[in-house]
Formats: sequence, structure tokens, C-alpha cells
Amino acid sequence: MSWPCPYLGVQEAVISNPIKDMSADERLHLISVSLNKRHRKEKQLKLAGLAAITLAIGFLVVLMTNIFSNGYTALLQSEVRIDINVPKAEILGADGAIDIQKSQAFNWNGLVKKSFRAGFPDVKGMSDRRMLNDLVSENAGYELRQAIEKDPSLIDQSSFWVKTSDDVDMLLKGRIKTTLPEKLRRIKDSQLVWINQLEQKNDLRKVFNTAFFTNADSREPESAGILGAIVGSAMVLMITIIIALPLAVMAAIYLEYFAPPGRLTDFIEVNINNLASVPSIVFGLLGLAIFLGFFNMPRSAPLVGGMVLALMTLPTIIIATRASIRAVPTSIRDAALGVGASRMQAALDHVLPLAAPGILTGTIIGIAQALGETAPLIMIGMVAFIVDVPTSVTDPATALPVQIFIWSDSAERAFYERSSLAIMVLLIFLISMNLLAVFLRKRFEKRW
Amino acid sequence: MVPATITNVFSLTVVLFLTAVIVFFIGKSYIVSLSQSQGMRPHSLRHYYGIYAAAWTFIPAIIVLLMWTALTQPVIARLSQSLLLDAYPDMNSAMLQLRLAQLQNISTGLIVAPDDTMRLIADAHAELRTYANDLKFVISLLVAFAGAGFAIRQIKPEQKARIKWEGFLRRLFFVAAAVAILTTIGIVSSLLFESIRFFSQYSMIDFFFGTHWSPLKAFSSSGGQSEIDGVVQGSFGMLPVMAGTLLVAFIAMLVAVPIGLFAAIYMAEFASERTRNIVKPTLEVLAGVPTVVYGFFAALTVGPFIRDLGFFAGMDISAQSALAAGGVMGIMIIPFISSLSDDVITAVPRSLRDGALGIGSTRGEMITKVVLPAAFPGLTGAFLLGISRAIGETMIVVMAAGVSAQLTANPLDSVTTVTVQIVMLLTGDTEFDSLKTLSAFALGITLFVVTLMLNVVALSVSRRAGGRY
Repeated sequence: MSWPCPYLGVQEAVISNPIKDMSADERLHLISVSLNKRHRKEKQLKLAGLAAITLAIGFLVVLMTNIFSNGYTALLQSEVRIDINVPKAEILGADGAIDIQKSQAFNWNGLVKKSFRAGFPDVKGMSDRRMLNDLVSENAGYELRQAIEKDPSLIDQSSFWVKTSDDVDMLLKGRIKTTLPEKLRRIKDSQLVWINQLEQKNDLRKVFNTAFFTNADSREPESAGILGAIVGSAMVLMITIIIALPLAVMAAIYLEYFAPPGRLTDFIEVNINNLASVPSIVFGLLGLAIFLGFFNMPRSAPLVGGMVLALMTLPTIIIATRASIRAVPTSIRDAALGVGASRMQAALDHVLPLAAPGILTGTIIGIAQALGETAPLIMIGMVAFIVDVPTSVTDPATALPVQIFIWSDSAERAFYERSSLAIMVLLIFLISMNLLAVFLRKRFEKRW
Repeated sequence: MVPATITNVFSLTVVLFLTAVIVFFIGKSYIVSLSQSQGMRPHSLRHYYGIYAAAWTFIPAIIVLLMWTALTQPVIARLSQSLLLDAYPDMNSAMLQLRLAQLQNISTGLIVAPDDTMRLIADAHAELRTYANDLKFVISLLVAFAGAGFAIRQIKPEQKARIKWEGFLRRLFFVAAAVAILTTIGIVSSLLFESIRFFSQYSMIDFFFGTHWSPLKAFSSSGGQSEIDGVVQGSFGMLPVMAGTLLVAFIAMLVAVPIGLFAAIYMAEFASERTRNIVKPTLEVLAGVPTVVYGFFAALTVGPFIRDLGFFAGMDISAQSALAAGGVMGIMIIPFISSLSDDVITAVPRSLRDGALGIGSTRGEMITKVVLPAAFPGLTGAFLLGISRAIGETMIVVMAAGVSAQLTANPLDSVTTVTVQIVMLLTGDTEFDSLKTLSAFALGITLFVVTLMLNVVALSVSRRAGGRY
């Protein structure tokens, strides 16, 4: 009788004959050769596994370094010192205080640009002057006005630090290569000369980019910030929690303790499991067609965004809640029922408090997922350009991930840097939420 | 006039809640005094009578409040719209929208009315809103008091307050569970409704089997479109879009399956407890990174990198390629595949492993010849779920894959996907009747059905595996 014997590494070996004919040494040799080969194969499999893990972690490292190395420079903002004499007569009222109406009418930007050009008396000609103007931020005049209206004593100051344009900022941070031919650069040769002069006079500096954390979006990268997006995201998440958490807890208690076995209950379970794997953009379509189209809710509003994300995270939180309810030993419930509690009392007063840490952990993880979600929010119009920090849940707003999306679509190099920094902020939020979940689990986890 | 700080929904809710708390204590002390005077023990614990009264105070009022808020907005909009139409008889719809927005801003004091007519209408509008707000305040409080009065009159010792309250809660819990059904119905009906409108204007065969996709052509006057009823239309042949979707998903799986599977094998079979404890959470971080971050990485780092690489190799590759989007999407799916595969592999019973090791196979042979074949159905399920996820993924492809639909299998080409087209077609203008927006819903229902089918198949495949041991 013969059969294939894969373990000798020979395809059609017949076990009986060849080995019998061999001497003991030959036999041992054959076995050790084949064993070596088999062990090598095992080692290869192990190495492949190690390589896969290294590769996956490598991707993570590359992703993070890429974002960090692109983003950390956005923490600083370049400023230029300009000697400005604010004409008091055109701004102050009769009482010596700032007259807001006069200040509004005054051409602040013109003042800043004119004062800046005064530092370069030999620059003449329209196009040269325009290129010189381009070194200073378009919002410099507006920001100067804001600063002076806030603190009128500044009006006597003779020199001010104002923001440079994003191109100069990029140059000073080394993001624009001066070795490139002039045509491919956003900073031209003549501008380089002026910037050099400014640098020699010590009129350039880099300061912490506060605008990034205190402003909403702007067309000018140097005044664009994420505060509006963070507030928008916070509102969205608040609505999501308010809607999803109670619904999920109630649904989970119903399914665990009250649902009569039958078709309807099965159907609910199937629906929950299926909803958990529906692509998020489909929830966006739902929000667009039902909430905006049918119920006429306001577009771009955190209210609608929160509702859509609540429906999206509901299955996740229900599943987590059910798991933590099940983790509570039945003896707790039995004891409660045994001393005469009703089923509802046993569920609400005895099981639920013990399951609460688990529910909270699951909710935080679900909410973290919702925080990173972009597509459904785009569908309901939260992708608009909004310069105001929203003050109510029906105001048009945007969210942090959507802000990242908007900025990474922009042409300016400076927005690239800012979206990287915004990603870092988003990741910090996500990591702290997850750490909180881990902490809660460790702190309150009970082993029964 | 009631100040607006009280009439907004949030503060009104607080007011109603505080009223309910007061009613709770009234109900509680009422049952105590009643049972003392009648010398009868109440049926339920006394706080249930408080809860009963408080629920009657709060719940009807809050429902009325929310419905009033939801309903008055459109009514006021309709009224001011008719006012505007009376004042400016010949206005197109864009102008009307503009005026409506203007009206909103005038009445909230953001801008000054441009002319007297506008000011008059704005005043009427503001008055209407104040009136509606006052009425909202009064009505919801009235409902609250009526509810409280009704409930307190019902309170007597023999009344079964706890039973009633628990019955209500049980019904409420059922409704909460049924939200899952309602959501599904909402998704299916909204997709279906708009799709039917689309297919009533556009042939289904042309949509599913057409090879030309250029919906935005509807706005240009260049050649190459069909004309229906004199309206220039784009063409909506879905095949190139579907092909692009599948190409990107295929590339993603090409990255995710080997890496995820080998990582899972290593973790389940070779890794020490310590390694597992470090590697598993690290891989989960990869899963927790928002997709917009991957999209950013794909669009601004990987895409240009591939383009530059192609440039050195003498090829002209656009920065938006199926390879960049698919590759990065693969990275995103690695942890998904690895954790699902890990579960499936560890679920293979001990006896099979012991049997294999017992007849003298190495660990490697045990894995490749016994464990993996046994886990095969479960692994297939995991891969199908991965594909479903790749098809439904939006942000990475929106940012990195491109928008031009072409029928190609070349990973270096720029392709477009179903999700990209949905986003493209629905951002910006939201007129529900244009063929362009309706086609997005037709794509949406296709996406929904495809992913649902993949999930169902994945589930049934891995279920069948469970019964084998």
C-alpha cells in the first residue's frame, strides 16, 4: 500500500520501501533534512507574521510623523514690526474716547500698508508696491483695529507687530524652497530681498499662533482657526449624547429583560446589527432626505448633525450596553426579584447602576467614533465656509473633521500646515476620550 | 411679551422640569396626607405617586413644546413668504430665497432694512415670531398645569401608581428599541422614494448598464448629452463608477488581507501574552484614526509621492490615483481584518490543534493545514465585511481618488467611486427635483443594497462555520 506522505517533503513517496532499505544514518539524515525544511517553513510563517505587524505599526508611525512634521510649525505665526502712527483725529470722538463709527469708516488696512511701505522708500511703481503689500496679511488692518478698540491706550504706540502674509510665513518656516526657479515660487526674488532687509533690521519674529485657537475659519490662513469647528463639534456631540444614550439604554433594557421572544424582537435585533454596518454616508443621505428635505430643519446645523450621528452610533451603544448588562451576574437580579422587587425595579435600581461603568465606556467609544465622522456631516451641509463661532445648535456650523477636509482642499500651503495641526488637535481629543474609557473600565471594572 | 431667554426651547425645558420636580414633592406629600386621613396604606411606595404626577406634568408639556417649535417655523416662513410675494409681485425663486434670508437677518437685528416695505414686512415677521413664542410659553405651561392637576386628582391610596408608571416605561423602552426599525425604514424609504423619482425620468437599464457617467454635464452646453423635453441632461451610466469602486476596494483588500491575516496568525499562534498586550491596542489605534485623517494622508502625501515616483520612472501619473486611495484605505482596514481574523482563528477548537500536533506536525503545519482550513469560512466572512467597508468608505476616496468616471483597471489611473459621486452630487445645491441630485439617491440605494448583501452573506458564511465543530 502506498500513499502520499507530505511530511517527508517527497510528493509520492512510498513509505514502506525506501526507508526500509536505508541504513540508520541515512534515515536520520533524511529525517533531519526534512525536519529542517519543515522548521524553516514554520519560521517563514512566523517571520511573515512579524513582518505584517511591523508593517502595520510602521504605517501608523509614518502616518503620525507625517502629520506631526507637517503640523507643528502651525503653532507659530510670523509677524512683522511696522512703525505706525495712528491718526488720532480720525478715530477719536470729541470726548477723547474711540468713536466706533469713525473707526469703522477709517481705512485701517490702508494705514498698515502705507506705514509698511514707508519702510521701503526706494520701492516705486504699481506692481512693486503691490508685491510689497503682499508681504503683510490682508487682515492686518482689521486686527489692528480690533486691538486698538479693545485697548485704546495702544493708540499712542508708535510701532506694532502685525501678521505677515501666509506666503512669508511659509518662507520663514522653510516650507518654500528658494532654490526653485522664480516662476514656480509664490515668493518672488524682489520680495526675498525685502524680507532679508526686514530680517536684518530684526523686524520679523515668530510668536505663538493664538489665532488658531481663538478664531473660526477665514479665507486668510493666518487668521483661520479651529475654535468655530471645535464648538460645532462639541454641540454635535452634545446632541448625539442627549439623544443616543437614553435611547440606547432604554432599548438595551427592553431587549435584555422585557422583549417577548418572537418575530418582532428578532426583527429589532437584526435591524440593530445591520445598522451597525451601514456605511456612514447612507446616514447622511437619511438626514438630508428626512430631516432637511421632509421636516425642513435648518441646513448646516449641529442639531441635525447630532441627530444623524445619534442614529449612526445608536447600534454601537446599544450593543455595548447590552454586553455590560449581561456582565452583571444574574444573582443580583434574582436577589432583587426574590425580595419582592418588580422586574422594572430590579432592572433600573439594581442591575443598571452596576452596569453603568460599562455603559459609560461603550458610550465614550461610540462618541469618539462620532467625533471623527465626516461624511454624514458633509451630506447635511456642515461643509460650508463659516466665519462665526456658532452660539446655538441651529446656527450654521462646521465640525472639526469637516474643517480638516475643507482646509486640505485649499490651495494655500499654509492651510496644509493648519489642517495637520487641526488633525493633531482632533487626535488629542480622540486619544483622551479613549484613555478616559480605559481609565473608567480599569477603575470601576468589577470581577464577579 | 415674555422675554426670549425664557421662551427658547432649552430654558423652557428647564422650567418644565423644575415644575415637574415641584409637582413630584406635592404628589408625594399629598399621598402621605391622604393615606393618613383615610387610614389606608397606599398601594405603591409613595415616591411613585410623585413620579406619576411629575410624569403627567412634564411629558405631555414637552411633547407639545417640541411639536410647537417644529411646526411654527414652517408656518411663519410660509406667512412671511406670502407677505413678500404680495409686496414684490414679480420675483424669481432665487430672489425670494434671498429676501427670506434678509428678512431673517433684519428681524434678528443683524442688518438694517434696505427699504420701507422690507422694514414693514420684517416688523410683521418679528411680531409674528414674538406672538408664536409667547403662545408657546403659555401653551406648554398650561399643558403642564393641566397634566399636574389631572394626575393629582387621580392620586388616592388604592391607585396603582407604580404599575401605571412601569407600564408606561415598558412602552417607552419598546419605542426606544423600535427606533432601530424606524431608522431602517427611514433609510430605505428615503432612498427608495428619491430613486423612484429618478427612475421615472431615467431608464433603469441605462443607469445600471450604461458606460458613460457625466452628471455635471447638465450645466454645460458642450456636446455629448441627450436631450429630453428640451432640457439638457447629463448621462448616468453607473458602470464606470461601480468599476472604480471595485478597483479601489480590490487594491485596499490587496493591502489589508495579507497584512491583516498574517498579523492575526502571528498574534493568535506565536505571540507571547506580553506582545499581544502591546500590539493589539496599537493596531486598534490604527482603527480609531478618523477616515478624514487617512484621506488627508492619501491626498497630500501618498498621492504626490506616487506621482513623483512615476515621474522618475518616466510615467505620467496624476496625484489622484486609485492606488493612493486604495492603498491608504487598505491600511485603514488592516486592524479590522486582523481583529476579526484573530477571533476566528482563536475560535478553532483546541482539539483540532492538539490532534495536529499529536501526529507530529510542526506548529506551522498545524496552522496552515488544520487551523486555517477550519477557519476558512469565518475568514471569508471577515474579508467580505472588509470589502463591504471598503465600498462604503467615503472620505479617503473623496479626497484622494478623483472625480472623473472612467472604465479602467489600471490602478495608476484616477477613478471615481459611488461614495465620491454621492458627495459630489449633493454638496452645493439641494434642489430635490434635479436629475443630478436624484441620481445620488439612486447611487445611495445601490450602495446600501450592495453593502447589506455583503454583510448578510458574510454573516451566513461565518455562521455556517460555527456549526462545523
